[in-house]
This record gives sequence, structure tokens and C-alpha cells, in this order.
Amino acid sequence: MNNLLITPVVIPLLTGMVLIIFQRNIQLQRVLSLIALIVTSVISVLLMNQIKNDGIQTLQLGGWEAPFGISFVGDMFSALLLLATSIVSIGCLIYAFSSIGRKQEKLYFYPLFLFLITGVNGSFLTGDLFNLYVFFEVFLVASYVLITMGGDKRQLQESLKYIFTNIISSAFFLIGVAYLYSMTGTLNLAHLSIRISEVGQDGLITTVAFLFLIVFALKAGLLLFFWLPGSYSVPPTAIAGIFAALLTKVGIYAMIRMFTLIFYHEPQITHLFIGILAAVTMVLGGIGAIGYWDLRKILTYNVVISVGFIMAGLVSMTPAGMTGSIYYLIHDMLIKALVFLIGGTVIHIAGTSDLKQISGLIRHHPRLGWMFFIAALSMVGIPPLSGFLGKVFITKGTFESGYFWLGGIGLLASLFILYSMIKIFMNAFWGETILSEEEEKGTTKGLLLPIALLTVGSLTLGFGAEGIAGHVAQAAEELLNPSLYISAVFD
Amino acid sequence: MKPNDVILRSVTRVAAVIILTFSIYLFMNGHHHPGGGFIGGLSTASAIVLLYLSFGIEKVRENIRTDFKKLAAIGVLIAIGTGTASVLFGKPFLTQTFGHVDLPIFGDTELASALIFDTGVALAVIGTAVNIILSISEDR
Repeated sequence: MNNLLITPVVIPLLTGMVLIIFQRNIQLQRVLSLIALIVTSVISVLLMNQIKNDGIQTLQLGGWEAPFGISFVGDMFSALLLLATSIVSIGCLIYAFSSIGRKQEKLYFYPLFLFLITGVNGSFLTGDLFNLYVFFEVFLVASYVLITMGGDKRQLQESLKYIFTNIISSAFFLIGVAYLYSMTGTLNLAHLSIRISEVGQDGLITTVAFLFLIVFALKAGLLLFFWLPGSYSVPPTAIAGIFAALLTKVGIYAMIRMFTLIFYHEPQITHLFIGILAAVTMVLGGIGAIGYWDLRKILTYNVVISVGFIMAGLVSMTPAGMTGSIYYLIHDMLIKALVFLIGGTVIHIAGTSDLKQISGLIRHHPRLGWMFFIAALSMVGIPPLSGFLGKVFITKGTFESGYFWLGGIGLLASLFILYSMIKIFMNAFWGETILSEEEEKGTTKGLLLPIALLTVGSLTLGFGAEGIAGHVAQAAEELLNPSLYISAVFD
Repeated sequence: MKPNDVILRSVTRVAAVIILTFSIYLFMNGHHHPGGGFIGGLSTASAIVLLYLSFGIEKVRENIRTDFKKLAAIGVLIAIGTGTASVLFGKPFLTQTFGHVDLPIFGDTELASALIFDTGVALAVIGTAVNIILSISEDR
């Protein structure tokens, strides 16, 4: 029993509810939500240390033993993602302070932001499939409101697409849960894992596995990313940043959890299929990223590429591949928030997202420009920046397990990323300065601090990779040995 | 627009009382039998919505001066608060407890901490349900 596990869910939720009561006091809302997120990040560090020392932590809610009650399980993978979530959300929250606008702040922006974090944290920690569905809904409902904030025409159009896609995938999620329950009679993830390894993963269960694959592929944007470029480019920057950093990642997390803990018996079918999806995703995302000249579009297609790349590590099912996926997942959360915030700032300054109409921003905004350059190199995976280790390990894992084509396409995708990011850098920051300081549409006042914060976070992850190497290795080991998870839940 | 709805109003005057009484019954019944905070809250909300329908939003707002958004938030706070209270006693989150108390009129009564949790749920449900109806009605 470890009550610390529930706090990353309860603290943002309680704070959000208090903020609804004090809707008019904006200053209080800002301070309280920042405090809540800082406390959450401190708790996730504490959790990481506990898991490091004592193994996987569990909490049976209400004292009802597993598999009858709802279990909360914190393994190293969840704890690392919790920490990354907290850092990213603090960055986006501070960015929102000076960019979101008074009107939105009064329209419950901060409570909704906290509810989003509640749902994301809950998804990482829950050990129950139905509970996972509920937490998915919690952050989705919050995201439905956040995506429409501002309410211009294009936004409503794209958010409608986003809502419909997610409602359909949630319906499939429920159907999958029902199938699985009717076949195994349980929804506790650890118990499901036991039951399925006992009876064997036959054709029916593999079919259900594919149903879950469709659901999480829709949420994560693995091949089924048709909704993503549109809906991630319409909301205000701070919201787009948190979406790009967190929402697809929860889908990735769920997929990794399901296909390492429950459906791991037939990797030659399920994992190979994920591999094919990942490869196609990387290629299509790459084509999108190099084809468009719209800043936001390029960035959203980069989100798509990274989803495919992270899944490649899962496909390999080797310690190296898993380590790579975890490193890259954490790196990607930080870096996607970072580039979205920088991209949003560029659009804010230039007043347009068309790369051909932006030029030479580095003259008046050197810090912004160089931070973008660092982020770009880090995304490509230049050592010693944070993307490097993930790329090395994922490539190593795919080669070790014989998926040479997948590793190759992953490396090719890095070239796509390099080309698209350098395209942004050369067009937006380099070149002749066409905007004088007076002509700029907005200021960077208050916007550089969160960007710097995330840059430092990303650099720390890159240079201090040795510091969390032990944690990541432990997370990968726990993912590859479901028995560790199971014995933690049932002791 | 002022439709002549004498029948609706006359029925509502009686029905609202009945529904509210029944919802309290449902709410109190919930611990061991079908019922509970959610269904009790929902039927209370239905009574309030019926009042809105028959007497108009303005008139009811004059008499029930509650911000239903805040009511829902307070409800969730109470519900999560009771869950957190068990943490203070070193028990898992959401653990409930109960005891038997001799009350003057009711005699030997079983009091459970789940009742407070259910109160929170009921308030949250009332707040949410009424709020949804109000938002729809304001949308023209």
C-alpha cells in the first residue's frame, strides 16, 4: 500500500475543483495551479526513488484486494512519464500565463488544464483496464473544451473532427473492454495478464488485441493520424503544446502497456503488424513534414513521425529497444512541447504561419532562434542532445531483433526530421530580416521563460542521461518481465 | 412567450414535493439497497428541472440562489475529501468506515463515512445535470 500513488491524480483534481469555485480570481488561479503542478512533480520524483529502492509500488483503492478492487500501480515507466508530464505541464502553464488571454482564463482555462493533467496522470498509474478508459475520457473531455477555446470558425471545424474521431475510438475501446471481460472475467491488468498466459493467446484474443490496437492507434496517431495535423494546429499555442506533448503519448503509453503486459504472446502477429504501421506512419509523417510550408503543419507531422519511431522500439521487444522507446518517449514529450511553444511564438511574432513570409527572426530574437536550433538538433538526435540515446537504442533494438527494414526507415525518418526542422530554421530565423522590431505583431515578453525552462529540461535529459540510465533500464526490465508487475499487484 | 400552462404548474407544485421526497428516500436507501448518491442526485435534479420548465428560469433563479457550477465543484471536493480523509488515518485512499450510533428518534442507526461521500456525489450530479439543462436553454 502506498498512498503516494493516488496523489498525482487527486492534487490536480482537487485544485481544479477549488479553482472552479474561485473562478473570478485569476491571480489565485495561476498561483494555485502552478503550485499543484510543482507538488505533483516533487511527488513523482519521490515515487521514482521509492520504486528504485523497493520495486513496483501498488495501492488497492478502498482496501479492496486485487483483482476485485481497483489497483493503482506505479512502475518505473509510469513514474518517469509522470515526471515528464509534470515538467511539460509546468512549462505550458507558465507559457499560458502571458499568452492565453484574460477571456479564456475566466472561462475555466486553469481548471480544465488541471483536469487534463488529472486524466493523463491517472492513465499512467491505473492498473485496471476500465479505469484506464475512464481516465482517457477525463482527459479527452477536458481536451474537447480546451481545443475549442477561442471559438473561431476553423477551430470549431477541426475540433468537431477531433471529437468525432475520439468518440468513435472510445466506443471501440469499450467494445474491446467488454470482449476481454467476457472472455477472461476480469479487468485488472495484472489479472488479465495471468489469465491470458494461462489459457494462451488464441485467435479470438489476438483479434481483441487488434481491436485495442485500432483504439490506441487512433488516440496515438499511429497510421490513423488523419485527424491530428488539423486539430493540433488550431488551438492556442499553450494548449497545442500540451496536446502535442501529452495526448498522443498517453495512447503510446497504453499501447506499450497492453502489448508488453497482456498481449505479448503472439509478437509475430501483433508486434509485426505494429511494426508495419510504425514504418508507414514514419514515411507518411516524413512526407508531410517535408512537403508543407506551414509552420504548424510541419510541427504536427513531426509529432506523427515520432509516434512511429517510439513504436519501433516496442516492436523489437528487446531490452535495448525498450530502453530506447522509454528514452525517446520522455525526450519527445519535452521536445514536442518545446518546439510547439517556439513555433507558436514565431507565429505570434510574425503574424503568419507561412514559412515563405517569415524571415530573419534571429536578428531580433537570438535566444529564441538558438533555442529552436538546439531543439531541432535534439529532435534529429545529434549527440549529446536528448534525442540521441533514444535513437541509438531503438535502432540497436530493431537491428538485434532482425527488423532491419524498420530500423532503416527509422533512420530515414530522422533525415526527414532534419530536413523539415532545418527548413524552418533557415526560413524563419536565418535569412534577411524583413520585419523591423516595430512591425512585429507581438512581443516575446513572458514567453521566453517557459521555453528556456523546457530547453534546460531537454538539455539536462541529454547531458544527464547517465543519471537516469539506471531508472530507464529498470523501467525496460519491468516492461519486459510482466511477472514483476503481476507479483507487485498480488502481494 | 407566455404559454398558458396551468395544468403543468398545478401538477408541478405537487409532483416536485413528491419527487424530492422520493429522491431523499433513494439517497438514504443507497447503502445496502438499490439507490445512492448518483440516482438520488439525478432525481433531485429532475425535480429542479421540472420547476424550471413550468415556472421559467428567472423565477426559479430568484428562489434557488445557487450557482450550480460551484455546487458541482463543492460536491466533488466533498467526495474526494472523504477519500483523502482515509489517507490521514494511514488507510488506502477511499477506504470507508462505519459505526452504530444510538440516535434519539431513529434508535440504533448505522452511520457510514460512505454517506458523506455519497452526499458529495449527489451534489456533483445535481450541479452537473441542472447546469447542462441551463446551458442548453440559454443557447439560442
